Amino acid sequence: MFKAIYNWIDERLDITPMWRDIADHEVPEHVNPAHHFSAFVYCFGGLTFFFTVIQILSGMFLTMYYVPDIQNAYYSVDYLQHQVAFGGIVRGLHHWGASLVIVMMFLHALRVFFTGSYKHPREMNWVVGMLLFFVMLGLGFTGYLLPWDNKAYFATKVGIEIASTIPWIGDDIKMLLQGGDTPGAVTLARFFAIHVFFLPGALLTLLAVHFYMIRKQGISGPL
Amino acid sequence: MDHDQQQESAHAPARRREMTRRQFLSYTLGGAGAFMVGGTILPMIRFAIDPLLAEKQQGEFVKVIEASKVTSEPQPVEFEVFTVDGWHESKRKMRAFVARGDDGRIYALSPVCKHLGCTVDWATHDPNEFFCPCHGARYTRDGEVLAVARGPLDEYEVREENGWVYLGSLKPNSRV
Ligand code: HEM
Ligand code: FES
Repeated sequence: MFKAIYNWIDERLDITPMWRDIADHEVPEHVNPAHHFSAFVYCFGGLTFFFTVIQILSGMFLTMYYVPDIQNAYYSVDYLQHQVAFGGIVRGLHHWGASLVIVMMFLHALRVFFTGSYKHPREMNWVVGMLLFFVMLGLGFTGYLLPWDNKAYFATKVGIEIASTIPWIGDDIKMLLQGGDTPGAVTLARFFAIHVFFLPGALLTLLAVHFYMIRKQGISGPL
Repeated sequence: MDHDQQQESAHAPARRREMTRRQFLSYTLGGAGAFMVGGTILPMIRFAIDPLLAEKQQGEFVKVIEASKVTSEPQPVEFEVFTVDGWHESKRKMRAFVARGDDGRIYALSPVCKHLGCTVDWATHDPNEFFCPCHGARYTRDGEVLAVARGPLDEYEVREENGWVYLGSLKPNSRV
């Protein structure tokens, strides 16, 4: 049945070569944990992507109930967590995933560092990886404000205060993030926009570049 | 000029100074393209940075305490300021430490720590200092920083009228 559908499409669009190009490639022995168990360190990149997909999916579903407004944000999160079926699970995925994705990314970066994979010709991919790192930190920072409880509010207040210590442009960055004299209604709205549109857009673009370079350059050789 | 010469110049290939068709097209298409991209992007950028360029809200003066009750010991006062936050208008709760300096003038300090913005309190750590519980910043009675933070506590504009103290907007510390 599925075979028939696949063949029907393949006959018209010749998708097999495309599919091969994306998924059908060899895993060298030195990165395969089945050969050397210690090669599990090579899994962290994929795990980072796995958690990123979870973040994006669970985040998309959270926005079905979440409202970025200072009167209602807290109650919408309270409602989706306690009244909506599986709310605790969907929010839990996003909540814990936000930390795990950063842990995985850090472990992945450590692997790349200690295997020396950032060296020629892969320097650019290290740079893209660092940009991904900052985008991810940005997602964590902007997302943390969204529940609009005391912890969220004061963590953001302090975070913005830290950003404002940057020489020369600190105060402008503060105004840009905060959107007003104090963290408030405008801040919540812009953090929401940054969290669900701007940074995910940047994240997906950078990921595409990251993966394209990996396919083009291949995985780095054994130590 | 004899006949031959005249023939020569008439047949010499004309030096064309106009731009080529290709140049003309790339300039016009490039220009129109840049105009369309700019026309789309610029409004969005200006839209996003509006808070940066908006005029600062002018603070009003708020009555907080009777002048006769102010001593050399900083004491906390709570007051409310009308604030406009985008489309949201509210009375925002503020806090200040009011004291009378050695010069006899009344001053009021903001409790917002100049390290990373936590709230300082008076005499919780040392009887003569402001202390911030977050990372241990310390300040003197006048708000001068002793440890951790980058600068002195901010000061409120103070006005005294009919025996009452009024506080206005924040300004950099003028006492240290
Ligand atoms: C991949 C990176 C992402 C990270 C690291 C991240 C991080 C976070 C964090 C730390 C919170 C606060 C959660 C809590 O306190 O329980 C949050 C909340 C939220 N995020 Fe994300 N997020 C990501 C992607 C997304 C995307 C793609 C969307 C939507 C399209 C999204 C939508 C939301 C919403 C609606 C909330 C508020 C609900 C809540 O607090 O539970 N997130 N995010
Ligand atoms: S915020 Fe006050 S010491 Fe760090």
